[in-house]
Parts: sequence; structure tokens; C-alpha cells
Amino acid sequence: MSLVHFQILSAALFSIGLYGVLARRSAVLILLSIELMLNAVNINLIAFSAYTESLASTGQVIAIFVITVAAAEVGLALAIIINLFRSKGSVDIDEIDVMRW
Amino acid sequence: MTESLIVFSVLSLISVAGGLGVVFSRNVIHATFLLLVSLMGVAGIFLLLLAEFLALVQVLIYGGAITIVVLFVIMLTKSEEFQSLVDNRQKPIAFLISIALFVVMTFAAISADNGNTVRATLKFSDLGDSLFTDWAIPFEVASLVLLVALIGAIVISKQGEEE
Repeated sequence: MSLVHFQILSAALFSIGLYGVLARRSAVLILLSIELMLNAVNINLIAFSAYTESLASTGQVIAIFVITVAAAEVGLALAIIINLFRSKGSVDIDEIDVMRW
Repeated sequence: MTESLIVFSVLSLISVAGGLGVVFSRNVIHATFLLLVSLMGVAGIFLLLLAEFLALVQVLIYGGAITIVVLFVIMLTKSEEFQSLVDNRQKPIAFLISIALFVVMTFAAISADNGNTVRATLKFSDLGDSLFTDWAIPFEVASLVLLVALIGAIVISKQGEEE
């Protein structure tokens, strides 16, 4: 088993997440797809660090930071979604265009 | 080596199937639980890569915190609103873009393969050592990011309440 297996799994998860971000209408579902993409990135980071002798800890440490940022992002995004739902009565991103013009 | 390949196949099947479920499910609650399935598969992949700490963190943070918080938000907002919200009209082009990206990344990974199967092991204590010496400043910045996100989340969700 080599690095390619993990890279292909990561590519598959990232593409699935990208499809979710582009095709979904609900803000919560887009958030879930972003989590999938971040996990694909983490698989790549850890796989590369496991197969590279000199980078044994770097990839794992950066993956910890990615998880930290993902947790912060989920908290903030859900607060924004609750706020939007209170003020607009909807979480449909096609209707949220207050910052467009 | 073949045993680990079997374990890898099962775990990647779980995570990819869960991911497809997240993206194609018509129910937001089902999508959230399928995300949990997918992320637990990813935690297994981390174990296979000998990253025990990351697997533990994955189960704790994604299983214990993120999924529960997302479920809370779905319960706090109207759930029947979510049922009608499925896909937008970019769906076909989004499908094409994702397939193209997957093909390109797979091709790049296969063409750059050097056949290396030697895996480096990292001791738990070495990871902690590295985190608190080489990465001490980024570590502190990460804690600041969490603090700012916490305060920001409280302020933003309070704002809507007053109106």
C-alpha cells in the first residue's frame, strides 16, 4: 500500500465536497460539504508526512491546526446561519444577496 | 501488506459512501449523521497511517462537538424549511467540475507515484514535543483564533436576537 491510495481517497472526498458546495442550496448542507473537503486535506497532509521520513511530525501538526480552524469555522458559520434565519426566515443561499450590491 | 489493503478498502468505502450520502441526501438530519459516518471512516484511515492522536481528535471533535452543534442548529431552525431546499440549477455543471477535478487529481497522483511503501512512525511524545517547541507560536495563535471565534459566535447570534 503506497501514498497513491491515500491520495486517490483524498481526491474522491474533496471532489464530493466540491460538488456539495456547488450544487446545494441550504447553507447547513454547504457547511457539511466544506467539512468533507477539510477532511480530504487532512488525509493528504497525514499521508504525505507518514511517507516522508524528514516530515514525520510536520504534517500531523498542520492537520491539528486545520481541525482547530474547522471547529472555529463551524461555530462562526452556524452563528451566522442562525442570525440569517432570524432576520430573513430562510437559509437558502440563493435568497441571501444582501452583500452583493 | 494485503491485510492493511483490505482494511484500507473497507474504510475508504465507508468514508466515500458517507460523503456521497451527505451530498445526495434529501434530509438534512440524515446528511449530518452520514457526515459522522464518513468522518469516522476518515478517523480509521488516520489510524492506518499510524496517526493515533489525530484519530482520537477526529472522533472527539467531529463526533462529539461538530455533529452535535450542527444538529442543534437544525433543530433550532425550522426543519420543514430544509426539506424543500435541495439542489440549485448549477447541479449538472457542478457534477462535471467535480468529476473533472477527481480525474485530474487521480491522474496527477498516479503519474507521480514512486512506489514508496515505507511508512515513518511518529511517537505520541514526539508529536507533543514538536507542537510545543517548533510550533509554539502557531499553537498560541490557534488558541487566539478559537477565542475570537467563540466571542464572535456569541456576538453574532446575540445581534439577531435584539431585532
